[in-house]
Amino acid sequence: MAYVYALIHILVFPGLLFLVAFGLFAEWVDRKMYARFQNRMGPPWFQPLADILKLFGKESIVPEEVEPRMFRLLPMFALAATLTAFIYIPVWGTKALFSFNGDVIVVLYLLTIPTLTFFLAGWYSLCPFSLLGATRTLTQLFAYEVPLFVSILSSAFLADTWSLSEIATFYSKHPGYWLFNLIGFFIGVFSLLGKLEKAPFDIPEAETEIVAGSFTEYSGNLFALFRLAISVETIVGASLLAAVFLPFGLTLGPVPGFIFYLAKVLFVVVLLSLSHAIFARIRIDQMVSLCWKCVAPLGFVQLVLNMIIKGTLLS
Amino acid sequence: MGKVFIPIGPQHPALKEPASFRILLEGEKVIEANVRLGYNHRGVEKACEERTYLQDMYLLERVCGICSHSHSTCFIQAVEEIAGIQIPPRANYIRTIIAELERIHSHLLWLGVAGHEVGFDSLFMYVWRDREVVMDLLAKISGNRVNYGMNTIGGVRRDISPDLYPEILKAMDVLEERTKYYIQVATEEMSFIKRLSGVGRLTKEDVETLCVVGPTGRASAVARDVRRDDPYAAYADLSFKVITDDHCDVYGRAVVRVLELMECYSMIRQLVKNMPDGPVVVKAPRKVPAGEAVSRYEAPRGEDVHYVRANGTEKPERVKVRAPTLANLQAMKKMLENYYLADVPIVVAAIDPCFSCTDRTIEVNRMDKGTSQLLSWDALRSYSIDWYAKRGVRPQDIRL
Repeated sequence: MAYVYALIHILVFPGLLFLVAFGLFAEWVDRKMYARFQNRMGPPWFQPLADILKLFGKESIVPEEVEPRMFRLLPMFALAATLTAFIYIPVWGTKALFSFNGDVIVVLYLLTIPTLTFFLAGWYSLCPFSLLGATRTLTQLFAYEVPLFVSILSSAFLADTWSLSEIATFYSKHPGYWLFNLIGFFIGVFSLLGKLEKAPFDIPEAETEIVAGSFTEYSGNLFALFRLAISVETIVGASLLAAVFLPFGLTLGPVPGFIFYLAKVLFVVVLLSLSHAIFARIRIDQMVSLCWKCVAPLGFVQLVLNMIIKGTLLS
Repeated sequence: MGKVFIPIGPQHPALKEPASFRILLEGEKVIEANVRLGYNHRGVEKACEERTYLQDMYLLERVCGICSHSHSTCFIQAVEEIAGIQIPPRANYIRTIIAELERIHSHLLWLGVAGHEVGFDSLFMYVWRDREVVMDLLAKISGNRVNYGMNTIGGVRRDISPDLYPEILKAMDVLEERTKYYIQVATEEMSFIKRLSGVGRLTKEDVETLCVVGPTGRASAVARDVRRDDPYAAYADLSFKVITDDHCDVYGRAVVRVLELMECYSMIRQLVKNMPDGPVVVKAPRKVPAGEAVSRYEAPRGEDVHYVRANGTEKPERVKVRAPTLANLQAMKKMLENYYLADVPIVVAAIDPCFSCTDRTIEVNRMDKGTSQLLSWDALRSYSIDWYAKRGVRPQDIRL
């Protein structure tokens, strides 16, 4: 019986089907808001689903000199990693499906795997545009990874635990303490923009410079899996930020807690869409210098702030 | 990091028209850039020799969609000079109004494209929405959004009726307010400024040596504008500023174009206010007497030069078109090298390239011998006849 429950949790809710559906919905929200900001109409609600279905119906062309096995497996790795990361994130209460001390690190590691697959996809594609996109993806990873880690870990530091479920429990016990982490929240949104390769950090996929970056040679169902992986990564990243930086309303019971969760994730998605619309794409060297000169120090400021609070308020 | 050859073009999302920029990259830095043209060559100059002057005017109008009126007016001015025709002042004013409206639509288009090249799609969408105001106005006046067909030898074909004047002035008010907003965006939006500044630098000496024309040159403080240096049409009656900027980079070019938009609005207001009455066309002879003339025109992209030689028949003997983009392309190599790959699209877009205007000559590059040679018309014709003869095709045997 437990196996049936586990299977339902992994495949339906809050697993594959829920994440894919929510991911496509969030993609629609992003595209509709982006369009309305630009005085356009925007797509209807089923557009992301229609795109994925259309891509599954197309021929997937694998270039002749490319190694076919890696080329085909990489999108599946990306999707699998993002889906797996979700089982450690608390959704409707303070307890996630599975939790152990250290699962914050595991979630962050699983969220880095898609970036690695983008790099490898570009590397294995053997096309100069893909190669450039791949190198840019990794360079961008070096830029935003440290601020992301420092901000999330500073929130975990205040809660004195490395487990997401216990972080949520801690902040539910001390209401209002999540306000100390606001700087970290904005650093987290900033880094999420970099991870998801959205403007102003869509440098690895700059259409006007390198056609489509790592995905130039991908088409058909392989490309659909990559796009699905990015949509799911949006949800997982936003859920991580919501669990770590916005942990309120978790003790109200499953249904109100779930509604709060949906609202928080959609709020993060709206923030992502807003910054997508109002900024131009910056250059990779500008991004690296921005992250290392401004954002990482802010992250360390947040960490020091949390250290002081922990030393004074909690002892 | 090894060196990679990236082909930007002939087909590339960054380019609106085909051209080949072969970039040698080391990491993200451009070490070498080679510019190749010729992908849009349509044999326009040869076609002009087979058609009458009036047909040529329509043909030259379709050399480019954005600067169509520039080419047709420049050509027609040369023909009118050879034939010794003085066109009525009202025709001059109407030509100038259409010319400035075309400059507005071209600069707004450029601003949108510049936004798109740096990933700022919101700016692109807003500017192109506002550009619809001037497109609708041009459609009301001339019947078409591009390729207006306003000119004819001896004047213009259509009159602008006085009940259109309030609409023109109202459109200028709307556009002026929107342009003030875009000036604010261009001067205050940090991500946009950061992408455009310090990129594609051309000093004043470079502009003089490489013969750069138009807003690209004016952004390096070289105040060269054919409307003021060599006034044609109604420009001698207008008071306007020649906008220059001393940033010397792509940001300066953006500033020059946006401020030129403001000057266009003021010029059109002056033209509409002082529009003289009278006929719009004088009778012109079919056969233009022998002679030659060079006509210069300030197209939105820079100085457009047309040379026409007439020989007394109703078809010209030679028409040569030197588009502004051909002059600006010589500077591309200098502007692209030692910058980043990410700057290539915006630097290319900053000269406002119009390769349709540009492609007039062919250069043959022999890959096996490593030399290049320039072919004249006769050499090209005999080359093609020999090429076909080697494959067993003789032109005399072809039955149409």
